[in-house]
Amino acid sequence: MITTASPFSSDQPRNGPIGAEDIIVVEDVAKIYGSRRVPDGISFRVKRGDILVIMGGSGCGKSTLLRQLIGLQRPEEGRIWIEGKEITRLTESQFNEVRKQFGVLFQSGALFNSMTVGENVALPIREHFPNQPEMTVDIMVKMKLSLVELTKFAELKPAEISGGMKKRAALARALALDPKLLFCDEPTAGLDPIRVTEFDALTLRLCRELGVTAVVVTHDMTSAFRIATRMVLLHKGKIMAEGTPDEIRANTNPLVSDFINGKAESEVREDAEGYLRAILGEEN
Amino acid sequence: MSPTLTKFFQHLTGLSLLMTDTAYWAFLAPFRGKRVRVDDTFKQMTLIGVGSLLIVCMVMFFIGLVLAMQTATTLKKIGGLSLVGGLVAASVMREIGPMLTAIVLAGRSGAAITAELGTMRVSEEVDALETMGLNPVHFLIVPRVLGMMIMGPCLTIVGVFVAMFGGYLIGVLNLGIEPAVYWQKSFDTLVLKDIYSGMIKSVVFAGLVSNIACYFGLTVEGGAEGVGLSTTQSVVTSIVMIIASDCLLTAIFYFI
Repeated sequence: MITTASPFSSDQPRNGPIGAEDIIVVEDVAKIYGSRRVPDGISFRVKRGDILVIMGGSGCGKSTLLRQLIGLQRPEEGRIWIEGKEITRLTESQFNEVRKQFGVLFQSGALFNSMTVGENVALPIREHFPNQPEMTVDIMVKMKLSLVELTKFAELKPAEISGGMKKRAALARALALDPKLLFCDEPTAGLDPIRVTEFDALTLRLCRELGVTAVVVTHDMTSAFRIATRMVLLHKGKIMAEGTPDEIRANTNPLVSDFINGKAESEVREDAEGYLRAILGEEN
Repeated sequence: MSPTLTKFFQHLTGLSLLMTDTAYWAFLAPFRGKRVRVDDTFKQMTLIGVGSLLIVCMVMFFIGLVLAMQTATTLKKIGGLSLVGGLVAASVMREIGPMLTAIVLAGRSGAAITAELGTMRVSEEVDALETMGLNPVHFLIVPRVLGMMIMGPCLTIVGVFVAMFGGYLIGVLNLGIEPAVYWQKSFDTLVLKDIYSGMIKSVVFAGLVSNIACYFGLTVEGGAEGVGLSTTQSVVTSIVMIIASDCLLTAIFYFI
């Protein structure tokens, strides 16, 4: 049976009940790799309509966190709720029902190379609604492709279109089942700056028009600040900073400002040590 | 326990789990409303069957020639030259036909399956299937396994006849055996047990090769290099498993 959390249930997060606005609740999530823990006891909430950007350097646990959110990995510690259902307790078949409510855009696009762009977008529709007439599926595919301005390319194979088009086609496939939630893993990786700007504008427009909540993992600062309504900055598996883009910009922690400004790790370490000395009063 | 042994048991467990899962999706799930992907299965049957036909025919033709020449040397000494056809038929039907067809399938189709699934794993296509709520075993593995398990015996039958034809050419053109005598001796020698044991072997080998190929494809790690490594492992493991299971099956058929 699918577990549905109610305000009176004991299956509620420790830091307060799940509100109507909370679409994702993450509580103390950790993954253990030998002696390392990444992510290491992370907790946050995503509100309906938010575009939450998760940032952090390589190896900080942001991709692992995303894989845990979309069910490709189970956290070894902690719990995750999506739409009030504690996904960490669901069986694979129960979780598949939750998966219908979200779409995932992978870093490489992950389009099936043996299928055309149109067939890729039609795949989740055909598989989850096998009784839909082919004409309806065609109309739905055209609608989704028109959202990303790829209607003319429906008959082409992924190998025949550009990198930017692949990302847009993958976005159309992620939106095929009209999900409430969209997860994006490095959506702008490998695109030139103009395509990045276009893709960010597209993501923003679609999230607003379709009322989709998005969780985006990226280390592209410009893109992150352009699309985010909230941000989570990870460092060594823990949350270093969390808030709106303005709050992140105003954060006085040198680790945060140096990460945003793209300073080298040695510089970051020096700044962090100075910051620590300053707040511990050891400088003078 | 040594790392090699740990790895071996990891692979053995993983392969067993995959085979169980595949058997469920192929044979039980259709009774629970989860239909087998028939179109994909036919596509795989074409890729595996038609694609391997020429190589299987070539290999089995040469084997037929070799067997006829090798047996003729001994049979000539005891005055039993007319038995060449029967010996070729029995040995290819019981043993060489199923085994060599399976080895060709492992080298050609098994390697292709591992490389294809491995590339899909590396390019996150398998992850994409899972996040769409589609089971990769149902979607990717079952059509490939069924395709090979159907085409394996078909290719074996064709291969056996081609090998017998190879033996016929040597027997008739070189050894001077009457054509009618050659075919009569060939079919007289074959008994029902030869045919069903050969067919059972070919189904088991095809099942092993396809599952091993899929297993190594789905467990690829580390990009293009990983795909290459897994493909090699898949072919080597398949060949070892074909010969090991052949030994076991031959023993079973010998004693029953």
